[in-house]
Amino acid sequence: MEQDFSQLTESIKKYRGKPGILIPLLQEVQQIMGYLSKDTMAYLSRELDIPAAEIYGVATFYSMFKLKPQGKHIIRVCKGTACHVSNADGIKDALKTALELEDGEDTTSDMLFTLTEVACLGCCSLAPVIMIDDTTYGKLSPDGISRILERYAYEEGK
Amino acid sequence: MNEITVKVGMASCGIAAGASEVYEVLARRQKESGGFKLVSTACIGMCFEEPIVEFSGGKLGTISLGAVNPAKVEEHLRDYLDAKLPDANIILADHYDGKYNELLRGQTRIVLRNCGVIDPKSIDDYEAHGGYTALRKALTMDPEKVVEEVKASGLRGRGGAGFSTGLKWSFAARAQGKKKYVICNADEGDPGAFMDRSTLEGDPHNVIEGMIIGAYAMGADEGYIYCRAEYPMAIRHLTIAIQKAEEKGYLGKNILGSDFSFELHIKEGAGAFVCGEETALMQSIEGKRGMPTIRPPFPAERGLWGCPTNINNVETWANITYIINNGSSAFRKIGTENSTGTKVFALAGKIAGSGLIEVPMGIELRDVIYKVGGGMKTDKPFKAVQMGGPSGGCIPASLLDTIVDYDSINATGAIMGSGGMVVMDSGTCMVDVARFFLNFTQNESCGKCTFCRIGTRRMLEILTRITEGKGEPEDLDKLEELASNIIKGSLCGLGQTAPNPVLTTLRYFRDEYLAHIEEKRCPAGVCTALLRYEVIPEKCIGCTACSRKCPVSCISGKVKEVHHIDQDKCIKCGACYSACKFDAIRKG
Repeated sequence: MEQDFSQLTESIKKYRGKPGILIPLLQEVQQIMGYLSKDTMAYLSRELDIPAAEIYGVATFYSMFKLKPQGKHIIRVCKGTACHVSNADGIKDALKTALELEDGEDTTSDMLFTLTEVACLGCCSLAPVIMIDDTTYGKLSPDGISRILERYAYEEGK
Repeated sequence: MNEITVKVGMASCGIAAGASEVYEVLARRQKESGGFKLVSTACIGMCFEEPIVEFSGGKLGTISLGAVNPAKVEEHLRDYLDAKLPDANIILADHYDGKYNELLRGQTRIVLRNCGVIDPKSIDDYEAHGGYTALRKALTMDPEKVVEEVKASGLRGRGGAGFSTGLKWSFAARAQGKKKYVICNADEGDPGAFMDRSTLEGDPHNVIEGMIIGAYAMGADEGYIYCRAEYPMAIRHLTIAIQKAEEKGYLGKNILGSDFSFELHIKEGAGAFVCGEETALMQSIEGKRGMPTIRPPFPAERGLWGCPTNINNVETWANITYIINNGSSAFRKIGTENSTGTKVFALAGKIAGSGLIEVPMGIELRDVIYKVGGGMKTDKPFKAVQMGGPSGGCIPASLLDTIVDYDSINATGAIMGSGGMVVMDSGTCMVDVARFFLNFTQNESCGKCTFCRIGTRRMLEILTRITEGKGEPEDLDKLEELASNIIKGSLCGLGQTAPNPVLTTLRYFRDEYLAHIEEKRCPAGVCTALLRYEVIPEKCIGCTACSRKCPVSCISGKVKEVHHIDQDKCIKCGACYSACKFDAIRKG
């Protein structure tokens, strides 16, 4: 699929030639494009005169950068210590079951949800915690997962 | 009479618990009828009771209510206006008999003094609480005098390692160079720690003011706050605070009419734990992969973009205003000889009062957990407290009389760390905890040093094997050998401390490792592969609930007869255990 890079013109203009811009630039580009494809990184390399290897190196180093298309809603399962001792694994399994994800898969086939883990969301008193987009849900139990997901599916008319 | 003020705790944790709904109800009410001032404040620390609403200015004085229901909050307001005390159950703290008065009395608040008190988005509110007076005072002092004052206070780096802050400042102050930087490390990555998030969300100006003072003392004219992107509210509050401080002339050119200028930026992290290490953090600000570099040269000589740089953690910066305003001797009065001041802890895990606390150094761990923290959450007994996250260790019950200071905590094999304190009860498996942390460090190792990259992986494999019941007797020796090599062969703090969770659990909970290896048994009943579910014949009434839930149909038995689990077929999913309403299934 050909990607349209014209929407990146502004960002490139803003950052071109300045030192230390790679991370904020990639953050902005990911925001616009949804993820960082090989083509996107090659395009940025040409436009900014930064070696593609350097861009790829940074993109793969930080967990925030996504190299594959992401679902519409991002579900982050907190894997912090407090959540771990409060059965975060059970929550993740329940999410995987509810989203019908096979092992190794992280995005649903309808591209509605992507399931990821995060080191700690810093809401340890509400453990176990998940975050869907910018909303945090705490004190969860595996049984309550489908009720939360229904709300998002409902908005999509599914 | 004072104006009635209603404060709603609107930090990340409050909002996750439903504080926005409570605030909306109050905002609507205020728009309709007025009669009170509505303030959104941040975290007051009692996260376990969110959403929290505080009323003040009325005949009853100040009352905090916890677990406030949006449907009830108007009623609470009406009662307060009528000077009618609400149901005692929801009163957290007041002049009467709030259930957590005791909990608050054990604390000394320096860093968190404004958190949950002021509106973090209002610079006027911060100024009304003594904000920016320390900066005014510092600007009348010689820069060297400011460094001296911080040195004399005995303040040690709150990021974990505990190096003398004043000494660190003096290196950067002495360093030659036209351009210098100060950096605030807000890349709080330890799982189970949220002190810095709460501090930045609740009182961003205090950190900023500390940084301006530091920049003045060391001769820096530019600074960065490197903050985790997972903390959107902290970044939002910092952005507002920096903008307001610029408008008021606390930041920018010729601060308060002096010839000192200072510019401050926010850098968002992109998700890499190792960036909490100072040299890796600077690499990341420069837009590179965040990999640590060899020291020396130390950042004070050659740091960001090759210039002398001083990096301190959020909590360290947040102590500066107090020290300047009250003098180093007032600060020294708090705490112990070698660990002065207070420490903020994020209490989490199996503790009743999970949340944010600030206690004087020198307090016993027992008092932190049982007095300030309100004791255990359930009937299960205390087993260990984990301090210092992936770099720290587990302190057992027998060492609960250890006092909170850098040297005493180090002696246990754990570290003070940045302040995460996760309490564990008898239902926590210590081998599983060690495996959890190793999994974390193994994932987060940047890969530069071989021992850290591969050594942690080998340790994780051994630990996983043990939790799966495939442990071998020589595994413990192998773990210890690997641990000592990783400590020696790693460049930065991540690798040097990665084995700590394993070493401390081996030291204090060796029998638990042995139970896994020799008896193929998990005493805490956590490691799935080692679990066994059995029906207790005396308690089973034959209701068939378990056999109906079993996904592999391995439970046999007729109605009203004792059931039986076929161990060969059982996949140990625990469905029967949760389904049984008569506690007739034993897990172990």
